[in-house]
Amino acid sequence: MRLTKFTAAFAGVVLAGSLAACGGDDSSSEPEVVTDAEFEAGTTMAELKEAGTMTVGTKFDQPGFGLLGLEDTPEGFDVEVAKIIAGAMGIAPEDIEWKQASSDIREQVIEDGEVDMVVATYTINEERAERITFAGPYYEAGQMLMVNADNDSIEGPEDIADNPDMKVCSVTGSTPSEQIREYLASDDQLVLFDIYDKCKDALGNGQVDIVTTDNVILLGYVDESDGEFKLVGEQFTEEPYGIGIEKGDTEFCEFINQTLQDNEEAYLAAWESTAGEVEGTETPELPEPAPCA
Amino acid sequence: MDPVLDNLDLYWDGFLRSLSIIGWSLVGSLLLGTLIAAFRVSPVASLRAFGSAWVTVVRNCPLTIVLFFMAFGLPELGINTSFYVFGVGGLIIYTSAFVCEAIRSGINSVSAGQAEAARAIGLPFTQTLTQVVLPQALRATVPPLGSVQIAMFKNSAVVGAFGVGGDLWSAGRNLTSAQGYAYIPVLTGVAIGYLVITLTGGALLAVIERKVAIAR
Amino acid sequence: MSQTSVLYDAPGPRAVRRARIGTALAILAFLGLAVLVVLRLADRGQFDAELWNPWINPSDDTFSQVWELVGKGLAATLIAASLAIVLSLVVGVLLGVARMMLGRGLRVPVVAWIELFRGLPVVVTIVFVWRAMVEIGIDVGPLPGEPALWYLVIGLTLYNSVIIAEILRAGVGSLPSGQREAALAVGLTNGQAMRSILLPQAFRVMLPALISQLVVVLKDTSLVAVIGLGYLELLRRGNQISQNLDNPIQSLLIVGTIFILINYGLSKLAEYVERRMGRASVSSAGADDQVPAGQGA
Repeated sequence: MRLTKFTAAFAGVVLAGSLAACGGDDSSSEPEVVTDAEFEAGTTMAELKEAGTMTVGTKFDQPGFGLLGLEDTPEGFDVEVAKIIAGAMGIAPEDIEWKQASSDIREQVIEDGEVDMVVATYTINEERAERITFAGPYYEAGQMLMVNADNDSIEGPEDIADNPDMKVCSVTGSTPSEQIREYLASDDQLVLFDIYDKCKDALGNGQVDIVTTDNVILLGYVDESDGEFKLVGEQFTEEPYGIGIEKGDTEFCEFINQTLQDNEEAYLAAWESTAGEVEGTETPELPEPAPCA
Repeated sequence: MDPVLDNLDLYWDGFLRSLSIIGWSLVGSLLLGTLIAAFRVSPVASLRAFGSAWVTVVRNCPLTIVLFFMAFGLPELGINTSFYVFGVGGLIIYTSAFVCEAIRSGINSVSAGQAEAARAIGLPFTQTLTQVVLPQALRATVPPLGSVQIAMFKNSAVVGAFGVGGDLWSAGRNLTSAQGYAYIPVLTGVAIGYLVITLTGGALLAVIERKVAIAR
Repeated sequence: MSQTSVLYDAPGPRAVRRARIGTALAILAFLGLAVLVVLRLADRGQFDAELWNPWINPSDDTFSQVWELVGKGLAATLIAASLAIVLSLVVGVLLGVARMMLGRGLRVPVVAWIELFRGLPVVVTIVFVWRAMVEIGIDVGPLPGEPALWYLVIGLTLYNSVIIAEILRAGVGSLPSGQREAALAVGLTNGQAMRSILLPQAFRVMLPALISQLVVVLKDTSLVAVIGLGYLELLRRGNQISQNLDNPIQSLLIVGTIFILINYGLSKLAEYVERRMGRASVSSAGADDQVPAGQGA
């Protein structure tokens, strides 16, 4: 692995703590680990670099983004993105401690300091931003519907209310489960599980009729179903995925945004080797980061 | 912003939903458990074997796994119904094994002379069981049956995780996760709801036990 | 068998014939149902080799990984259950003795504590412990193992210790009152009577009930799989495997069988110990009858 020189820029002046990695022509999918990065004392980055290890919250049950594999390490796009950020602070992938951060505890584990950051298909929204700070976005997803291939009565979310006998499945505490509510004839239509895999199984055995979540997640299921499932309609929401960190840590937020901008190739490689392997997905462009607040 | 007081209606709905899960499971598990207990003492060997296999498997299997096979196993067999029915069915099946054992110990506690006298006056097995032994056995089984049912009240919290939803526990989960309320106050509300159910159940049980004791 | 056969006469030739026909019919019905189930599952592709091979075919690529994960999960389950039962025993004995020995006024908080945790679903208790300890900032870091293990163990202990306190109370209550009276008559204090006369005898009759309680604890460890607490015990490992290999029915069938085998073994051990003791155990001794068997979750 080639190590690139890392320079501290404008330390203590305008962009305190925001650093830039040179290079970026490294095309291997392994994120680079920058050992000689320097950070202003007292910043989160300096603390983490000093510790040489960090705790990252991710999903353990989200194929394509964060799934605990048979080799007992999490695998997926979120995991690779986290490795890029950790690498910029001199933390090697094997020094990252992975912690399960399911949808319903993400804000909590950040607030409680159980993790240093959360990369877990984590949609940026205002409610959450009251409790934590989001870096990114690093990916733009959108909510869609997945149905059985022989289902002709659902062509978009507007058709759900017209079919009040149909059940819609999503995950407890997720953004999609809240956003779908306005399209339902009644709350009885909504079935909630702890993971999307259960929704997919329930769709396969006829217990539910529609699964709704972000398009990339659904595409993974469509791909592995051999034509049993299909996506219908357009994406009807915008789900920018952000990286959750402690509320108010703008220096860390800016550092994360800068790191992603500086490592676009590693970012694209991360996509190609994980969620991008699924047929039908498009390689994303790295979104413009939102201002850190 | 008070998570419990602001959402009293959600809690109330959840409370009622939990009560309905508990009510159906109470009736169902008593019926099924009594049936399995009758199997276990019947003269037909295959029924006895079935009864004891039922108890062995169900009692030693975590409720979570029983519920999983209701919600995801039965549909594979082409049985599709609401997750509510699956959930209540799973709780009934799980509880029935404990009900069966409570009743069987009750049957064993009825003195042999009772059954012998019943047979001496010519009653067949079914009548010996239903007219003489079970009425007395049920009395002896009130305390253990009560414990089993109160345990079931608490187990009902697990049902919500298998697609049922809307119960007290799920309502709490929804408040903390989707609506971002803090855990501790929300959970306190949930805990109070369950305590109301279990403590009331315990008090009712004590009343029944006293009644039965007088009748003896 | 002698206890149940009192319900019906020793069958005569006709009854024997009827019972045989009944048995045959029942077996036929059962076999018919089994065939239906198997056909239906086969139709749904649940017997496909790719779903089963990782579990049963040693030459499959993932076979060793799968069983290694099961081994880790089983170890995690056993560690959590053992810690919980040992802690429950210690705390439960303290609570039980406190409830029996303390005066009326002092007893109130102990009774309230016991009733509180006896009345809560154990899944609520575990999540409560987990979130409360994190939010209040009680650090379990110094303890060996991961924090999630301790949240689970403490949650299980809060619940099971009060059950054990009640088993203990029933055990002491089942002893003849002459035991305590004799102890007091020879000049022992209340405390000495409890410690040297009553508790040792109560422990003896309690042993089977304690083993049964271990079954309850083992089953309850699997609750973490539905609450998002990141402790990777056996059921959670089963889910992990099924997510990677897309074979939930097969994986849960095997995980469930492992649970049943272990718990069945423990139940048999409890029965054996009960027989060895050669006397009625707590479980047939008083109003708190069946507490161990009935508290399963």
